[in-house]
Amino acid sequence: MNKLLSVERLSKSFGALRASDGIDFDVGEGETHAIIGPNGAGKTTLISQLAGNLRPDAGCIRFAGEDITRLSAPRRSRKGLARSFQITSVFPEFTALANVALAVQAQAGHSFRFWKPAQQDAALLDPAGRILDEVGLAERKNILAANLAHGEHRQLEVAMALATRPRLLLLDEPMAGMGVEESGRMIALLGGLKRRLTIILVEHDMDAVFRLADRISVLVYGRIIATDTPEKVRTNEEVRRAYLGEDA
Amino acid sequence: MNRKTLFWVVAAALLVLLPPLVLALKQPYYIDLVRRIMILAIAAISLNLILGYGGLVSFGHAAYIGIGAYAVGILAFYGVGSGWAHFAMAIGASALVALAIGAVSIRTSGIYFIMITLAFTQMLYYLGISIAEFGGDDGMRIKARSRFPLVDLGDPVAAYYAALVLMLLSALLVSRIVNSRFGLALRACKSNDARARAIGFSPYPVRLIAFVISGALCGLSGALYANHTNYITPSLMSWLQSGELMFMVILGGMGTAAGPVLGTFALLLAEEVLKGFTEYWQVILGPLLVLSVIFFRRGLAGMFSWHE
Repeated sequence: MNKLLSVERLSKSFGALRASDGIDFDVGEGETHAIIGPNGAGKTTLISQLAGNLRPDAGCIRFAGEDITRLSAPRRSRKGLARSFQITSVFPEFTALANVALAVQAQAGHSFRFWKPAQQDAALLDPAGRILDEVGLAERKNILAANLAHGEHRQLEVAMALATRPRLLLLDEPMAGMGVEESGRMIALLGGLKRRLTIILVEHDMDAVFRLADRISVLVYGRIIATDTPEKVRTNEEVRRAYLGEDA
Repeated sequence: MNRKTLFWVVAAALLVLLPPLVLALKQPYYIDLVRRIMILAIAAISLNLILGYGGLVSFGHAAYIGIGAYAVGILAFYGVGSGWAHFAMAIGASALVALAIGAVSIRTSGIYFIMITLAFTQMLYYLGISIAEFGGDDGMRIKARSRFPLVDLGDPVAAYYAALVLMLLSALLVSRIVNSRFGLALRACKSNDARARAIGFSPYPVRLIAFVISGALCGLSGALYANHTNYITPSLMSWLQSGELMFMVILGGMGTAAGPVLGTFALLLAEEVLKGFTEYWQVILGPLLVLSVIFFRRGLAGMFSWHE
């Protein structure tokens, strides 16, 4: 399998807390790789370092063969690494369509055009409309993002990540706070994307993880204690003790 | 015609008709008053670009009025009379200073940004006070007004119409900018910085360019101001002036096209009216401003529900 992302000895401490303690793993092109672990295991810290929002203390992140450890978040985004946030993060005073159109614009390169109105620009709105359709928000496109429901915010987050035309999608708990029905829709959506994209999925919803992931890494206290296929992770003794214990 | 266009057409028509009207009523003073308001409205329009649309609370915007005014005063002092040279220097020098101040201050945010922009402007203010050659604290007389072919800025009515045209063009310029791709990037960075970075916007250069455009436009206002008063002092750059500009924008409605114009007219006309009643006019104006902020949360423009 061709490696799209590889992480070597990634370390990040906050005071005495080792949130990432020498993490090694890699993700192949086209793979859906889930990262699971108990609360406080350092999952969001890991995602933030991959996306460029946090700088690691040590270690190296390679994306498509290039060392991106020191690149800023916007540079990584333009190279094809998109993230969604665990806590909803959209542009509340813009419509759903405008939120996605902004992501299309950001991906299209520089924004230093000062005169032509951009809000009716078909080059931005057409792709944005198609992506909203794909995530199932087409009918809500003219609603202000502030007024969307929680589940719709999560869909909008995925739409914005897709609009940057990523090669690698970093999803930080896309099902967080969703009801069963909403989760079902999100799993269907991600299942469709899985064929086209490489995905790193951080998720507590074990149903989603075992249905979507090709491989699972288990993160406990900043260390990856196992990386394997869902079947093998399910039966791994160490994992059961550390994490799955009560669920599995 | 939608409401926004209607507002600008009505406002422009009223302002165009004002000089013949007040001249017929033998009240030429109002030409001077409204001209001064329109010149300061340009400064407020420029501040609105970064404050209202960019979320950059610049507490030092008067610096660029001062730089624009001193550019005219200093060139005239050395015998340069060309209006093109005056205005090019006013705009260019303001842009350069905005680039320097912005490059440092935009790396900070929140209260630090406010304090740094204030500190830079106070530096310029004390610089103005300390240079004796240009009048120091007492200020300087403009030796010769900016000379343009066709337009005589010494003629009150011609200068009035020049200020009106430039105010409308400034409003148009800012409104085009904030709806362009650049403007959307600027507004996205204000709306949610982390999200903007995550989709690939780099906030720093976007904000810096907006800051420079805003400073340059404010420099234009300063050049007009020097021609308007014919006498300039460092107090143009004081923090009181910066605060008043912020107030005009907030009162009128941040992030709206009409807001800064409405706010400037409302504030300066209220000042004028109250001054006619009592010499303690500030005691009345202060509470009025507090009430207006409480009751018009979205500014005067919000009353017409134009908030974008």
